[in-house]
Amino acid sequence: MRPGRGTYRVGDTIYASILGYYDPRPPVAQVIPLAGRYIPRPGDTVIGTVTDAQGTFWLLDVGAPRWAPLHITGTPWKVEVGETQRYLHVGDAVLVRVESLDPTGRIGVTMLGEGLGKLDGGTIVTISPAKVPRVIGRRGSMIETITRMTGAEVAIGQNGRIWVSGTPDAIERVSEALRMIDEEGHRRGLTQRVEGYLTATSARAPPLIDPRLPSVVQRLHEPRAADGAEEPAGPDDDGPSSSAEPSSHEY
Amino acid sequence: MSDTLSAEILTSHILDLAHSGKRVDGRGPDDYRPVRIEPGFVASADGSALVHLGDTKVLAGVKLEPGKPFPDTPNAGVLTTNAELVPLSSPMFEPGPPTPTAIEVSRVVDRAIRAAETIDLTKLCITPGEKTWVCYVDLHVLDHGGNLIDAALLAGVSALAHTTQPLVRFGLGAADVPLEVDHFPIECTFVRLGDTIVVDPTVDEERAGQGRLTIATDEVGRIVAMQKGRVGAFSPDDVKELVDRAFRHGDRLRSLARGGGTGA
Amino acid sequence: MGTVGAKDVPVLMSPDGLRIDGRREDEIRPIRIVAGALRQADGSAFVEWGHNKVMAAVYGPREVHPRHLQENHKAIVQCRYNMAAFSVDERKRPGLDRRSQEISKVIGEAFESVVFAEEFPRTSIDVYIEVLQANAGTRCAGLVAASVALADAGIPMVDLLPAVAVGKVAGEIVLDLKKEEDNYGEADLPMALVPQSGRLVLLQMEGHLTREELAKALDLGVQGCREVHAKMKEALRTRYAEGDGGAA
Repeated sequence: MRPGRGTYRVGDTIYASILGYYDPRPPVAQVIPLAGRYIPRPGDTVIGTVTDAQGTFWLLDVGAPRWAPLHITGTPWKVEVGETQRYLHVGDAVLVRVESLDPTGRIGVTMLGEGLGKLDGGTIVTISPAKVPRVIGRRGSMIETITRMTGAEVAIGQNGRIWVSGTPDAIERVSEALRMIDEEGHRRGLTQRVEGYLTATSARAPPLIDPRLPSVVQRLHEPRAADGAEEPAGPDDDGPSSSAEPSSHEY
Repeated sequence: MSDTLSAEILTSHILDLAHSGKRVDGRGPDDYRPVRIEPGFVASADGSALVHLGDTKVLAGVKLEPGKPFPDTPNAGVLTTNAELVPLSSPMFEPGPPTPTAIEVSRVVDRAIRAAETIDLTKLCITPGEKTWVCYVDLHVLDHGGNLIDAALLAGVSALAHTTQPLVRFGLGAADVPLEVDHFPIECTFVRLGDTIVVDPTVDEERAGQGRLTIATDEVGRIVAMQKGRVGAFSPDDVKELVDRAFRHGDRLRSLARGGGTGA
Repeated sequence: MGTVGAKDVPVLMSPDGLRIDGRREDEIRPIRIVAGALRQADGSAFVEWGHNKVMAAVYGPREVHPRHLQENHKAIVQCRYNMAAFSVDERKRPGLDRRSQEISKVIGEAFESVVFAEEFPRTSIDVYIEVLQANAGTRCAGLVAASVALADAGIPMVDLLPAVAVGKVAGEIVLDLKKEEDNYGEADLPMALVPQSGRLVLLQMEGHLTREELAKALDLGVQGCREVHAKMKEALRTRYAEGDGGAA
């Protein structure tokens, strides 16, 4: 085995470097994080908020260690130099994709791509980035259940920020379901509990999709291409319950 | 999780919900978050209380020591209230000297304790003009989930209600005696969200709020302190209505501050 | 160290070798660790250790403020150890005194020795320790709390960082001094161990020890750290096996 994500090697021994569960993918030993800030990876779709507007770029807070510059050429608009504030203001929320991450931790993001852009209406629910695979579920099963049973429109950022739009009731139910996943995502029977909650509250709202909303949902449910470990789970979609022990080595 | 998101759409969502009398966490406009008080949390203090108000945690510690009275009040003790908004408690707080926010919390809490005559300062006098008890109420914010002022006064009053005067430690008596608490001021804070005014705001609601009003009441029906803060405005009729609401919450919270325990 | 022979010196060691609170020389006071005690922080922990109560929180890695502290090739670790005014017998004036600044520095450097800081260039990992109730050994309790908080924040590290103080009391080398032993003992030696490598990344000493005594103290301290390490791991397991952690 060779050391992968969340590990390091000394001599012949591989140790965990983060709190997580051990998920060996021979020949790579890796530890999947249980906690922590969002660590960007190219290809991730994330939700950022504008924290600053400069002459040729905006700075986005995507919940990562560093702020991410969004260059004017990375937008579908023809932005003149110095005119950034006419397009995005501090506090605006945007759906962008991570393009690059250089060795200094500088994050390159783009707004060019299907479904990407400024987010209007709805709200943003924040969960632990480590729980995002649970929100998606196996082959998108969890998020499919949530959207089907509530009629809400949802865009999932890999950074743990989830945009939810729909009727106030739908937003409330989706928010509660996300809170359940965030707080109980590592325990067994999650899908049943979420479905149970949504069924119990289903009389409250007809599943209506607001046709005005952008349809960004489907594509965002695709697993992260980078690790293929979107749901490093056992036979049910409750994830690594059996191996959820923090990694055996040092934590 | 310190992913404090200052997104405009959060603010819009909070205002939209408030318009129909709802809040992000499912509360109604006049619902206070659950409160739990643990008196005596710190044994090194002469009195203490840890207050949990939703996600907010404030720890108050009271220390008494002999000192000199002020020249203009030779027969009265000295009461000092100080709030520490340490950077442990919020991604918004930074290390360094007290910020205006910290000073505001200290002063608003101090005014309520003082004006309600929570403790009779003349009883703290040891030798008139020479020696008196100095009573320090230190408020340590541990987790800033919104509404620090209410939580801080709850913690402070609860700590005072569970304080022992350390006579033995300073050779001033053979046995320690409980500090007498005469009144129980309770602070109740509101923020305006559009045409709705909600009680006990979270951090997001404080950020979205269009003005904040704090009203301190005591158990004998007096209004003992007020503070309007942040950008925004209230009409005189708003204020009158909020006073009624503040008394209702105050009466309920007061029994917790006296005894400690849990209440929703 | 207090003045030995001062009035009212308590009996620190009974004739049958028991300490002032009934412990043997190699016994640690009871420790309770709650990982994830706070909501706002990226990671947090509350530690009750004997009569010490300490809260720690970690924020980051995040943008560095002020910016000139930023380093191009790694994260900086900024540590702030602070004592609440009411945490000690005589009220302490709020703010960092010289002692707190020194402790902040050595604890911060201990963590810089184990954090994989090069993974997060130009960022800051902020470690905050608040001593709420003090009874000797607060720097060790604070370090333990902060280490669990760092793990809870998902920060990559060589290992957790258990810590304990060893001292000399009534001529004996003993583990984990409590207040009376600290005040009237003859030596105090706090240390923090990297269990993976067996090395010490925090080591301070005050008092008088012979070479033989120091050797014994180091052995006893390493043994104590391993015991504390087990409790730290247990706290993290409990948090992530049972759901969102409890409160202080």
